[in-house]
Amino acid sequence: MTQVLLGAVSLGLLWSIMTIGVYITYRILDVADLSVEGSLPLGAAVACALIVKKTDPYLASLCAMGCGCLAGLCTGLLHTKLKIPALLSGILTMIALYSVNLRIMGAPNVSILRMNTVFRPLIRLGMSSSAAIIVVGGGCAVLLITVLYWFFGTELGSAIRATGNNQRMVRAQGINTDTMKILGLVISNGLVALSGAFIAQSQNFADVQMGTGSIVIGLASLIIGEVLFGGKNFYRRLVALILGAVVYRMIIALVLEMGMNPNDLKLFTAITVALALWLPQGKELLRTVKKSAGRERA
Amino acid sequence: MLEVQNLTKVFNRGTVNEKVALSQVSLKLEAGDFVTVIGGNGAGKSTLLNSVAGVFPADGGRILLDQKDVTRLSEHRRAQYLGRVFQDPMMGTASDMNIEENLALAYRRGKRRTLKWGVTGAERARYRDLLRELDLGLENRLTDKVGLLSGGQRQALTLLMATLQAPRLLLLDEHTAALDPKTAAKVLALTQKLVEENHLTTLMVTHNMHDAIRLGNRLIMMNEGKIALEIAGQQKQSLHKADLIALFEKSGGSLESDRMLLS
Repeated sequence: MTQVLLGAVSLGLLWSIMTIGVYITYRILDVADLSVEGSLPLGAAVACALIVKKTDPYLASLCAMGCGCLAGLCTGLLHTKLKIPALLSGILTMIALYSVNLRIMGAPNVSILRMNTVFRPLIRLGMSSSAAIIVVGGGCAVLLITVLYWFFGTELGSAIRATGNNQRMVRAQGINTDTMKILGLVISNGLVALSGAFIAQSQNFADVQMGTGSIVIGLASLIIGEVLFGGKNFYRRLVALILGAVVYRMIIALVLEMGMNPNDLKLFTAITVALALWLPQGKELLRTVKKSAGRERA
Repeated sequence: MLEVQNLTKVFNRGTVNEKVALSQVSLKLEAGDFVTVIGGNGAGKSTLLNSVAGVFPADGGRILLDQKDVTRLSEHRRAQYLGRVFQDPMMGTASDMNIEENLALAYRRGKRRTLKWGVTGAERARYRDLLRELDLGLENRLTDKVGLLSGGQRQALTLLMATLQAPRLLLLDEHTAALDPKTAAKVLALTQKLVEENHLTTLMVTHNMHDAIRLGNRLIMMNEGKIALEIAGQQKQSLHKADLIALFEKSGGSLESDRMLLS
Protein backbone atom coordinates (compact mmCIF):
# COMPACT_ATOMS: atom_id res chain seq x y z
CA MET A 1 0.00 0.00 0.00
CA THR A 2 2.79 2.48 0.85
CA GLN A 3 4.38 1.54 -2.47
CA VAL A 4 1.13 2.38 -4.24
CA LEU A 5 0.76 5.71 -2.45
CA LEU A 6 4.41 6.60 -3.04
CA GLY A 7 3.91 5.87 -6.71
CA ALA A 8 0.80 8.05 -6.73
CA VAL A 9 2.64 10.96 -5.09
CA SER A 10 5.53 10.74 -7.54
CA LEU A 11 3.23 10.59 -10.56
CA GLY A 12 1.12 13.41 -9.12
CA LEU A 13 4.17 15.67 -8.81
CA LEU A 14 5.06 15.10 -12.47
CA TRP A 15 1.48 15.79 -13.54
CA SER A 16 1.37 18.88 -11.34
CA ILE A 17 3.66 20.65 -13.81
CA MET A 18 1.02 19.97 -16.44
CA THR A 19 -1.70 21.15 -14.06
CA ILE A 20 0.06 24.50 -13.66
CA GLY A 21 0.13 24.79 -17.45
CA VAL A 22 -3.61 24.14 -17.62
CA TYR A 23 -4.16 26.69 -14.84
CA ILE A 24 -2.38 29.39 -16.84
CA THR A 25 -4.74 29.01 -19.78
CA TYR A 26 -7.95 27.91 -18.09
CA ARG A 27 -7.92 30.22 -15.07
CA ILE A 28 -5.52 33.08 -15.84
CA LEU A 29 -6.23 33.55 -19.55
CA ASP A 30 -9.80 32.21 -19.36
CA VAL A 31 -9.22 30.02 -22.42
CA ALA A 32 -9.95 26.29 -22.59
CA ASP A 33 -6.86 25.16 -24.48
CA LEU A 34 -7.08 21.64 -25.88
CA SER A 35 -3.68 21.72 -27.56
CA VAL A 36 -2.24 20.34 -24.31
CA GLU A 37 -3.56 16.93 -25.38
CA GLY A 38 -1.00 17.12 -28.17
CA SER A 39 1.79 18.96 -26.39
CA LEU A 40 1.98 16.41 -23.56
CA PRO A 41 2.90 13.52 -25.90
CA LEU A 42 4.96 16.01 -27.93
CA GLY A 43 7.14 16.61 -24.90
CA ALA A 44 7.37 12.87 -24.29
CA ALA A 45 8.20 12.15 -27.94
CA VAL A 46 10.90 14.81 -28.21
CA ALA A 47 12.53 13.80 -24.94
CA CYS A 48 12.54 10.07 -25.73
CA ALA A 49 13.63 10.51 -29.34
CA LEU A 50 16.59 12.58 -28.13
CA ILE A 51 17.45 10.26 -25.25
CA VAL A 52 17.54 7.31 -27.65
CA LYS A 53 20.11 9.34 -29.60
CA LYS A 54 22.18 9.58 -26.36
CA THR A 55 21.35 13.22 -25.66
CA ASP A 56 21.69 14.39 -22.08
CA PRO A 57 18.24 13.84 -20.51
CA TYR A 58 18.16 17.34 -18.96
CA LEU A 59 18.92 18.91 -22.32
CA ALA A 60 16.35 16.60 -23.94
CA SER A 61 13.71 17.73 -21.42
CA LEU A 62 14.52 21.38 -22.13
CA CYS A 63 14.18 20.73 -25.88
CA ALA A 64 10.83 19.09 -25.19
CA MET A 65 9.73 22.20 -23.32
CA GLY A 66 10.84 24.41 -26.21
CA CYS A 67 8.83 22.30 -28.67
CA GLY A 68 5.80 22.63 -26.38
CA CYS A 69 6.24 26.41 -26.49
CA LEU A 70 6.16 26.24 -30.29
CA ALA A 71 2.94 24.23 -30.14
CA GLY A 72 1.45 26.93 -27.92
CA LEU A 73 2.63 29.54 -30.40
CA CYS A 74 0.73 27.71 -33.16
CA THR A 75 -2.49 27.70 -31.15
CA GLY A 76 -1.97 31.35 -30.25
CA LEU A 77 -1.43 32.41 -33.86
CA LEU A 78 -4.44 30.41 -35.07
CA HIS A 79 -6.57 32.05 -32.40
CA THR A 80 -5.38 35.65 -32.60
CA LYS A 81 -4.23 36.13 -36.18
CA LEU A 82 -6.68 33.86 -38.01
CA LYS A 83 -9.44 34.67 -35.48
CA ILE A 84 -10.34 30.98 -35.01
CA PRO A 85 -12.16 30.41 -31.70
CA ALA A 86 -9.77 29.33 -28.94
CA LEU A 87 -11.35 25.91 -28.45
CA LEU A 88 -11.10 25.08 -32.15
CA SER A 89 -7.56 26.45 -32.42
CA GLY A 90 -6.52 24.09 -29.65
CA ILE A 91 -8.22 21.13 -31.33
CA LEU A 92 -6.48 21.91 -34.63
CA THR A 93 -3.06 22.02 -32.98
CA MET A 94 -3.84 18.84 -31.06
CA ILE A 95 -4.77 16.93 -34.22
CA ALA A 96 -1.78 18.29 -36.13
CA LEU A 97 0.53 17.28 -33.29
CA TYR A 98 -0.65 13.67 -33.53
CA SER A 99 1.05 13.39 -36.94
CA VAL A 100 4.02 15.44 -35.77
CA ASN A 101 4.52 13.16 -32.76
CA LEU A 102 4.44 10.06 -34.98
CA ARG A 103 7.05 11.69 -37.20
CA ILE A 104 9.29 12.55 -34.26
CA MET A 105 9.16 9.04 -32.83
CA GLY A 106 9.03 7.25 -36.18
CA ALA A 107 6.65 4.77 -34.54
CA PRO A 108 3.59 4.90 -32.25
CA ASN A 109 5.88 4.49 -29.24
CA VAL A 110 9.52 4.66 -28.23
CA SER A 111 11.11 2.78 -25.35
CA ILE A 112 14.02 4.22 -23.39
CA LEU A 113 14.32 1.26 -21.05
CA ARG A 114 17.75 1.08 -19.36
CA MET A 115 18.74 4.38 -20.92
CA ASN A 116 19.73 7.55 -19.11
CA THR A 117 16.91 9.68 -17.68
CA VAL A 118 16.69 12.74 -15.44
CA PHE A 119 15.96 10.34 -12.56
CA ARG A 120 18.82 7.93 -13.22
CA PRO A 121 21.58 9.83 -11.34
CA LEU A 122 19.51 9.72 -8.14
CA ILE A 123 18.61 6.06 -8.59
CA ARG A 124 22.31 5.33 -9.01
CA LEU A 125 22.85 6.99 -5.64
CA GLY A 126 20.67 4.26 -4.17
CA MET A 127 17.23 5.88 -4.17
CA SER A 128 14.16 3.92 -5.19
CA SER A 129 12.69 5.08 -8.48
CA SER A 130 9.62 6.55 -6.73
CA ALA A 131 11.85 8.54 -4.38
CA ALA A 132 13.95 9.81 -7.26
CA ILE A 133 10.84 10.95 -9.10
CA ILE A 134 9.54 12.67 -5.97
CA VAL A 135 12.81 14.56 -5.53
CA VAL A 136 13.06 15.67 -9.17
CA GLY A 137 9.32 16.33 -9.60
CA GLY A 138 9.01 18.09 -6.25
CA GLY A 139 12.11 20.19 -6.86
CA CYS A 140 10.79 21.16 -10.26
CA ALA A 141 7.39 22.07 -8.80
CA VAL A 142 8.94 24.28 -6.11
CA LEU A 143 11.14 25.98 -8.69
CA LEU A 144 8.12 26.56 -10.93
CA ILE A 145 6.03 28.06 -8.15
CA THR A 146 8.83 30.49 -7.34
CA VAL A 147 9.40 31.52 -10.94
CA LEU A 148 5.70 31.85 -11.78
CA TYR A 149 4.95 33.76 -8.60
CA TRP A 150 7.62 36.24 -9.61
CA PHE A 151 6.60 36.34 -13.28
CA PHE A 152 2.91 37.00 -12.71
CA GLY A 153 3.84 39.83 -10.37
CA THR A 154 5.85 41.67 -13.04
CA GLU A 155 4.44 44.26 -15.43
CA LEU A 156 4.27 41.67 -18.18
CA GLY A 157 2.69 39.01 -15.97
CA SER A 158 0.11 41.49 -14.66
CA ALA A 159 -0.77 42.36 -18.24
CA ILE A 160 -1.39 38.67 -19.00
CA ARG A 161 -3.57 38.29 -15.91
CA ALA A 162 -5.56 41.38 -16.81
CA THR A 163 -6.06 40.07 -20.36
CA GLY A 164 -7.87 37.03 -18.97
CA ASN A 165 -9.99 39.37 -16.90
CA ASN A 166 -11.09 42.24 -19.12
CA GLN A 167 -9.72 42.55 -22.63
CA ARG A 168 -11.31 45.90 -23.42
CA MET A 169 -9.78 47.49 -20.37
CA VAL A 170 -6.41 45.99 -21.19
CA ARG A 171 -6.45 47.39 -24.72
CA ALA A 172 -7.48 50.78 -23.33
CA GLN A 173 -4.32 50.63 -21.21
CA GLY A 174 -2.22 50.19 -24.34
CA ILE A 175 -1.57 46.48 -24.08
CA ASN A 176 -1.74 44.20 -27.10
CA THR A 177 -4.15 41.48 -25.95
CA ASP A 178 -3.16 39.19 -28.84
CA THR A 179 0.47 39.16 -27.73
CA MET A 180 -0.53 38.46 -24.14
CA LYS A 181 -2.73 35.51 -25.16
CA ILE A 182 0.01 34.05 -27.34
CA LEU A 183 2.53 34.45 -24.52
CA GLY A 184 0.22 32.70 -22.05
CA LEU A 185 -0.36 29.80 -24.45
CA VAL A 186 3.38 29.49 -25.11
CA ILE A 187 4.23 29.27 -21.41
CA SER A 188 1.37 26.88 -20.71
CA ASN A 189 2.19 24.44 -23.48
CA GLY A 190 5.88 24.60 -22.66
CA LEU A 191 5.11 23.44 -19.12
CA VAL A 192 2.77 20.72 -20.37
CA ALA A 193 5.44 19.40 -22.72
CA LEU A 194 8.01 19.44 -19.91
CA SER A 195 5.57 17.44 -17.82
CA GLY A 196 5.17 15.01 -20.71
CA ALA A 197 8.94 14.64 -21.00
CA PHE A 198 9.24 13.79 -17.29
CA ILE A 199 6.29 11.39 -17.33
CA ALA A 200 7.77 9.52 -20.30
CA GLN A 201 11.13 9.23 -18.53
CA SER A 202 9.45 7.98 -15.37
CA GLN A 203 7.67 5.20 -17.26
CA ASN A 204 10.58 4.60 -19.66
CA PHE A 205 8.56 5.07 -22.83
CA ALA A 206 6.67 7.62 -24.88
CA ASP A 207 3.38 6.76 -26.55
CA VAL A 208 1.48 8.77 -29.12
CA GLN A 209 -1.73 8.07 -27.21
CA MET A 210 -0.54 9.24 -23.81
CA GLY A 211 -2.13 12.69 -24.17
CA THR A 212 -5.68 11.38 -24.51
CA GLY A 213 -7.80 12.81 -21.76
CA SER A 214 -4.92 14.78 -20.26
CA ILE A 215 -6.88 18.05 -20.31
CA VAL A 216 -9.54 16.41 -18.15
CA ILE A 217 -6.90 15.09 -15.75
CA GLY A 218 -5.42 18.59 -15.60
CA LEU A 219 -8.82 20.12 -14.89
CA ALA A 220 -9.64 17.47 -12.29
CA SER A 221 -6.38 18.17 -10.45
CA LEU A 222 -6.93 21.92 -10.71
CA ILE A 223 -10.44 21.76 -9.28
CA ILE A 224 -9.54 19.29 -6.53
CA GLY A 225 -6.68 21.60 -5.58
CA GLU A 226 -8.89 24.68 -5.54
CA VAL A 227 -11.67 23.04 -3.55
CA LEU A 228 -9.44 21.35 -0.96
CA PHE A 229 -6.49 23.71 -0.61
CA GLY A 230 -7.47 26.91 -2.45
CA GLY A 231 -6.44 30.20 -0.90
CA LYS A 232 -6.69 33.88 -1.52
CA ASN A 233 -3.22 34.76 -2.66
CA PHE A 234 -1.50 33.59 -5.80
CA TYR A 235 1.23 31.67 -3.98
CA ARG A 236 -1.35 29.58 -2.10
CA ARG A 237 -3.19 28.91 -5.32
CA LEU A 238 -0.07 27.58 -7.04
CA VAL A 239 0.68 25.29 -4.09
CA ALA A 240 -2.94 24.11 -4.19
CA LEU A 241 -2.45 23.02 -7.81
CA ILE A 242 0.49 20.80 -6.89
CA LEU A 243 -1.43 19.26 -4.00
CA GLY A 244 -4.50 18.84 -6.21
CA ALA A 245 -2.52 16.88 -8.78
CA VAL A 246 -1.10 14.63 -6.06
CA VAL A 247 -4.51 14.04 -4.45
CA TYR A 248 -6.01 13.21 -7.84
CA ARG A 249 -3.38 10.50 -8.35
CA MET A 250 -4.01 9.16 -4.87
CA ILE A 251 -7.75 8.93 -5.54
CA ILE A 252 -7.07 7.08 -8.79
CA ALA A 253 -4.62 4.74 -7.06
CA LEU A 254 -7.18 4.05 -4.35
CA VAL A 255 -10.10 3.27 -6.66
CA LEU A 256 -7.85 1.00 -8.71
CA GLU A 257 -6.72 -0.70 -5.52
CA MET A 258 -10.37 -1.17 -4.60
CA GLY A 259 -10.83 -3.15 -7.79
CA MET A 260 -12.07 -0.69 -10.37
CA ASN A 261 -11.51 -1.75 -13.97
CA PRO A 262 -8.71 0.48 -15.34
CA ASN A 263 -10.67 0.83 -18.57
CA ASP A 264 -13.36 2.74 -16.66
CA LEU A 265 -10.84 5.27 -15.36
CA LYS A 266 -11.48 7.98 -17.95
CA LEU A 267 -15.25 7.71 -17.43
CA PHE A 268 -14.68 8.03 -13.70
CA THR A 269 -12.48 11.11 -14.19
CA ALA A 270 -14.93 12.75 -16.58
CA ILE A 271 -17.81 12.28 -14.14
CA THR A 272 -15.70 13.64 -11.27
CA VAL A 273 -14.78 16.74 -13.26
CA ALA A 274 -18.36 17.29 -14.41
CA LEU A 275 -19.55 17.14 -10.79
CA ALA A 276 -16.75 19.42 -9.61
CA LEU A 277 -17.48 21.98 -12.33
CA TRP A 278 -21.14 21.91 -11.33
CA LEU A 279 -20.26 22.32 -7.66
CA PRO A 280 -20.52 26.15 -7.43
CA GLN A 281 -23.96 26.17 -9.10
CA GLY A 282 -24.95 23.07 -7.15
CA LYS A 283 -24.22 24.82 -3.88
CA GLU A 284 -26.35 27.77 -5.01
CA LEU A 285 -29.18 25.42 -6.01
CA LEU A 286 -29.05 23.63 -2.66
CA ARG A 287 -29.20 26.96 -0.85
CA THR A 288 -32.32 28.13 -2.73
CA VAL A 289 -34.00 24.76 -2.26
CA LYS A 290 -33.29 24.91 1.46
CA LYS A 291 -34.51 28.49 1.66
CA SER A 292 -37.82 27.79 -0.09
CA ALA A 293 -38.32 24.67 2.02
CA GLY A 294 -37.79 26.77 5.13
CA ARG A 295 -40.28 29.36 3.92
CA GLU A 296 -42.94 26.72 3.27
CA ARG A 297 -42.55 25.38 6.75
CA ALA A 298 -42.82 28.84 8.29
CA MET B 1 -5.49 68.55 -30.58
CA LEU B 2 -8.09 66.18 -32.04
CA GLU B 3 -9.15 66.55 -35.62
CA VAL B 4 -11.80 64.33 -37.14
CA GLN B 5 -12.19 64.74 -40.90
CA ASN B 6 -15.17 63.36 -42.85
CA LEU B 7 -15.37 60.32 -40.64
CA THR B 8 -17.75 57.64 -41.89
CA LYS B 9 -18.69 54.34 -40.29
CA VAL B 10 -21.21 51.85 -41.64
CA PHE B 11 -22.19 48.76 -39.67
CA ASN B 12 -23.32 45.55 -41.42
CA ARG B 13 -22.58 46.98 -44.85
CA GLY B 14 -24.42 45.21 -47.64
CA THR B 15 -26.97 43.49 -45.42
CA VAL B 16 -30.57 44.33 -44.56
CA ASN B 17 -29.29 45.59 -41.22
CA GLU B 18 -26.99 48.15 -42.82
CA LYS B 19 -26.67 51.14 -40.54
CA VAL B 20 -24.82 54.35 -41.28
CA ALA B 21 -23.59 55.20 -37.80
CA LEU B 22 -21.37 58.10 -38.81
CA SER B 23 -21.75 60.04 -42.02
CA GLN B 24 -18.96 62.45 -42.98
CA VAL B 25 -18.49 63.79 -39.48
CA SER B 26 -15.91 66.51 -39.03
CA LEU B 27 -14.91 67.91 -35.67
CA LYS B 28 -12.00 69.83 -34.26
CA LEU B 29 -10.99 70.07 -30.61
CA GLU B 30 -8.49 72.66 -29.43
CA ALA B 31 -6.23 71.95 -26.48
CA GLY B 32 -8.19 72.38 -23.26
CA ASP B 33 -11.61 72.04 -24.91
CA PHE B 34 -14.26 70.16 -22.94
CA VAL B 35 -16.87 69.09 -25.44
CA THR B 36 -20.10 67.41 -24.40
CA VAL B 37 -21.85 65.26 -27.00
CA ILE B 38 -25.57 64.70 -26.81
CA GLY B 39 -28.08 62.96 -29.04
CA GLY B 40 -30.74 60.26 -29.18
CA ASN B 41 -30.25 56.53 -29.36
CA GLY B 42 -28.36 55.52 -32.48
CA ALA B 43 -27.32 59.11 -33.22
CA GLY B 44 -23.70 57.99 -33.50
CA LYS B 45 -22.29 59.43 -30.28
CA SER B 46 -20.66 56.25 -29.02
CA THR B 47 -19.57 55.29 -32.52
CA LEU B 48 -17.75 58.61 -32.78
CA LEU B 49 -15.99 58.01 -29.48
CA ASN B 50 -15.12 54.40 -30.30
CA SER B 51 -13.79 55.40 -33.73
CA VAL B 52 -11.51 57.94 -32.09
CA ALA B 53 -10.40 55.25 -29.62
CA GLY B 54 -9.78 52.81 -32.46
CA VAL B 55 -12.16 50.09 -31.28
CA PHE B 56 -13.05 49.47 -34.94
CA PRO B 57 -11.55 50.79 -38.18
CA ALA B 58 -13.25 53.75 -39.85
CA ASP B 59 -14.81 53.23 -43.28
CA GLY B 60 -13.80 56.69 -44.46
CA GLY B 61 -12.20 59.88 -43.30
CA ARG B 62 -9.25 60.60 -41.07
CA ILE B 63 -8.52 61.01 -37.38
CA LEU B 64 -5.61 63.19 -36.27
CA LEU B 65 -4.24 63.55 -32.76
CA ASP B 66 -1.74 66.38 -32.37
CA GLN B 67 -1.50 66.57 -36.18
CA LYS B 68 -0.51 62.92 -36.26
CA ASP B 69 -2.65 60.66 -38.41
CA VAL B 70 -3.84 57.81 -36.17
CA THR B 71 -6.62 56.52 -38.45
CA ARG B 72 -4.84 53.20 -39.03
CA LEU B 73 -3.30 52.88 -35.58
CA SER B 74 -4.56 49.86 -33.60
CA GLU B 75 -6.58 50.38 -30.44
CA HIS B 76 -3.78 49.46 -28.03
CA ARG B 77 -1.27 51.71 -29.80
CA ARG B 78 -3.65 54.65 -29.76
CA ALA B 79 -4.18 54.11 -26.06
CA GLN B 80 -0.94 55.95 -25.26
CA TYR B 81 -2.71 59.22 -26.14
CA LEU B 82 -6.12 58.43 -24.68
CA GLY B 83 -7.78 58.07 -21.31
CA ARG B 84 -11.09 56.24 -21.48
CA VAL B 85 -14.05 55.65 -19.20
CA PHE B 86 -16.89 53.43 -20.32
CA GLN B 87 -20.61 53.38 -19.63
CA ASP B 88 -20.46 50.00 -17.92
CA PRO B 89 -18.60 50.32 -14.59
CA MET B 90 -17.39 46.70 -15.06
CA MET B 91 -15.67 47.64 -18.32
CA GLY B 92 -12.95 49.97 -17.11
CA THR B 93 -11.27 47.79 -14.50
CA ALA B 94 -10.08 44.20 -14.06
CA SER B 95 -12.37 42.85 -11.35
CA ASP B 96 -10.21 39.89 -10.26
CA MET B 97 -7.21 42.13 -9.69
CA ASN B 98 -6.78 44.46 -6.76
CA ILE B 99 -6.96 48.24 -6.70
CA GLU B 100 -3.23 48.89 -6.79
CA GLU B 101 -2.70 46.40 -9.61
CA ASN B 102 -5.37 48.13 -11.67
CA LEU B 103 -3.81 51.53 -11.03
CA ALA B 104 -0.36 50.16 -11.87
CA LEU B 105 -1.65 48.79 -15.19
CA ALA B 106 -3.03 52.24 -16.02
CA TYR B 107 0.11 54.03 -14.81
CA ARG B 108 2.05 52.15 -17.51
CA ARG B 109 -0.38 53.02 -20.29
CA GLY B 110 1.47 53.26 -23.59
CA LYS B 111 4.71 51.94 -22.13
CA ARG B 112 6.44 48.62 -22.78
CA ARG B 113 5.59 45.96 -20.22
CA THR B 114 8.86 44.63 -18.87
CA LEU B 115 9.90 42.07 -16.28
CA LYS B 116 10.18 44.76 -13.62
CA TRP B 117 7.96 44.32 -10.59
CA GLY B 118 4.34 45.28 -11.36
CA VAL B 119 3.75 47.73 -8.48
CA THR B 120 6.58 49.58 -6.74
CA GLY B 121 6.54 50.95 -3.19
CA ALA B 122 6.79 54.57 -4.32
CA GLU B 123 3.80 54.11 -6.60
CA ARG B 124 1.81 52.59 -3.78
CA ALA B 125 2.27 55.71 -1.64
CA ARG B 126 1.19 57.91 -4.52
CA TYR B 127 -1.89 55.78 -5.21
CA ARG B 128 -2.87 55.99 -1.57
CA ASP B 129 -2.70 59.80 -1.69
CA LEU B 130 -4.72 59.97 -4.88
CA LEU B 131 -7.34 57.59 -3.54
CA ARG B 132 -7.62 59.62 -0.36
CA GLU B 133 -8.57 62.63 -2.48
CA LEU B 134 -11.48 60.65 -3.93
CA ASP B 135 -12.88 60.49 -0.41
CA LEU B 136 -14.43 57.07 -0.95
CA GLY B 137 -12.47 55.25 1.73
CA LEU B 138 -10.43 53.38 -0.88
CA GLU B 139 -7.03 54.56 0.39
CA ASN B 140 -6.84 51.70 2.88
CA ARG B 141 -8.13 49.08 0.48
CA LEU B 142 -5.25 48.98 -2.02
CA THR B 143 -5.12 45.19 -1.97
CA ASP B 144 -8.88 44.64 -2.20
CA LYS B 145 -10.20 43.09 -5.39
CA VAL B 146 -11.89 45.68 -7.59
CA GLY B 147 -14.81 43.27 -8.00
CA LEU B 148 -15.75 44.06 -4.39
CA LEU B 149 -16.32 47.77 -5.15
CA SER B 150 -19.64 49.40 -5.96
CA GLY B 151 -20.39 50.73 -9.44
CA GLY B 152 -19.71 54.30 -8.36
CA GLN B 153 -16.43 53.39 -6.71
CA ARG B 154 -15.35 51.49 -9.79
CA GLN B 155 -16.22 54.40 -12.06
CA ALA B 156 -14.29 56.81 -9.83
CA LEU B 157 -11.34 54.43 -9.90
CA THR B 158 -11.56 54.16 -13.69
CA LEU B 159 -11.51 57.96 -13.92
CA LEU B 160 -8.44 58.06 -11.75
CA MET B 161 -6.84 55.38 -13.92
CA ALA B 162 -7.66 57.28 -17.11
CA THR B 163 -5.97 60.42 -15.80
CA LEU B 164 -3.08 58.84 -13.87
CA GLN B 165 -0.87 59.38 -16.91
CA ALA B 166 -2.33 62.66 -18.18
CA PRO B 167 -3.83 61.66 -21.55
CA ARG B 168 -3.76 63.94 -24.60
CA LEU B 169 -7.50 63.36 -24.84
CA LEU B 170 -10.01 62.05 -22.31
CA LEU B 171 -12.92 60.06 -23.75
CA LEU B 172 -15.98 59.63 -21.52
CA ASP B 173 -18.70 57.39 -22.92
CA GLU B 174 -21.85 58.03 -20.84
CA HIS B 175 -19.76 57.18 -17.83
CA THR B 176 -22.47 58.11 -15.32
CA ALA B 177 -25.46 56.58 -17.14
CA ALA B 178 -25.38 53.32 -15.16
CA LEU B 179 -25.16 55.01 -11.74
CA ASP B 180 -27.86 56.22 -9.39
CA PRO B 181 -28.39 60.02 -9.45
CA LYS B 182 -26.48 60.73 -6.26
CA THR B 183 -23.46 58.65 -7.25
CA ALA B 184 -23.62 60.05 -10.78
CA ALA B 185 -23.39 63.58 -9.40
CA LYS B 186 -20.35 62.61 -7.33
CA VAL B 187 -18.59 61.01 -10.28
CA LEU B 188 -19.37 64.05 -12.45
CA ALA B 189 -17.94 66.38 -9.82
CA LEU B 190 -14.81 64.23 -9.75
CA THR B 191 -14.66 64.34 -13.54
CA GLN B 192 -14.77 68.12 -13.47
CA LYS B 193 -12.08 68.27 -10.82
CA LEU B 194 -9.69 65.92 -12.60
CA VAL B 195 -10.21 67.64 -15.96
CA GLU B 196 -9.52 71.07 -14.46
CA GLU B 197 -6.53 69.99 -12.39
CA ASN B 198 -4.84 68.25 -15.31
CA HIS B 199 -6.05 70.72 -18.01
CA LEU B 200 -7.38 67.80 -20.04
CA THR B 201 -8.94 68.01 -23.45
CA THR B 202 -12.17 66.08 -23.05
CA LEU B 203 -14.89 64.55 -25.19
CA MET B 204 -17.86 63.45 -23.09
CA VAL B 205 -20.89 61.63 -24.41
CA THR B 206 -23.99 61.94 -22.26
CA HIS B 207 -27.71 61.30 -22.35
CA ASN B 208 -28.36 63.98 -19.80
CA MET B 209 -29.14 67.40 -21.35
CA HIS B 210 -28.67 69.13 -18.06
CA ASP B 211 -25.13 67.77 -17.65
CA ALA B 212 -24.34 68.50 -21.28
CA ILE B 213 -25.25 72.14 -20.78
CA ARG B 214 -23.66 72.53 -17.36
CA LEU B 215 -20.30 70.92 -18.12
CA GLY B 216 -17.68 71.88 -20.66
CA ASN B 217 -17.18 74.84 -22.95
CA ARG B 218 -18.71 73.37 -26.10
CA LEU B 219 -21.77 71.25 -26.81
CA ILE B 220 -22.45 69.09 -29.82
CA MET B 221 -25.76 67.49 -30.66
CA MET B 222 -25.75 64.52 -32.99
CA ASN B 223 -28.54 63.09 -35.10
CA GLU B 224 -28.49 60.21 -37.58
CA GLY B 225 -24.72 60.03 -37.77
CA LYS B 226 -24.20 63.74 -38.27
CA ILE B 227 -23.45 66.71 -36.08
CA ALA B 228 -26.77 68.52 -36.08
CA LEU B 229 -25.93 71.40 -33.83
CA GLU B 230 -22.96 73.01 -32.16
CA ILE B 231 -23.04 75.58 -29.40
CA ALA B 232 -20.07 77.17 -27.69
CA GLY B 233 -18.92 79.93 -25.35
CA GLN B 234 -21.40 82.57 -24.12
CA GLN B 235 -24.33 81.04 -25.95
CA LYS B 236 -23.77 77.72 -24.19
CA GLN B 237 -23.57 79.24 -20.74
CA SER B 238 -26.97 80.90 -21.03
CA LEU B 239 -28.54 77.83 -22.60
CA HIS B 240 -31.62 76.07 -21.18
CA LYS B 241 -33.02 72.65 -21.88
CA ALA B 242 -36.04 74.08 -23.70
CA ASP B 243 -33.78 76.23 -25.90
CA LEU B 244 -31.75 73.20 -26.79
CA ILE B 245 -34.79 71.19 -27.82
CA ALA B 246 -36.12 74.06 -29.87
CA LEU B 247 -32.77 74.63 -31.55
CA PHE B 248 -32.44 70.97 -32.28
CA GLU B 249 -35.87 70.69 -33.88
CA LYS B 250 -35.22 73.78 -35.95
CA SER B 251 -32.09 72.16 -37.31
CA GLY B 252 -34.18 69.25 -38.58
CA GLY B 253 -33.73 66.70 -35.82
CA SER B 254 -36.54 64.86 -34.15
CA LEU B 255 -36.63 63.86 -30.52
CA GLU B 256 -39.65 61.61 -30.46
CA SER B 257 -39.65 58.47 -28.32
CA ASP B 258 -36.27 59.11 -26.90
CA ARG B 259 -34.61 58.44 -23.61
CA MET B 260 -32.87 61.82 -23.93
CA LEU B 261 -36.08 63.77 -23.35
CA LEU B 262 -36.74 62.00 -20.12
CA SER B 263 -33.43 62.90 -18.56
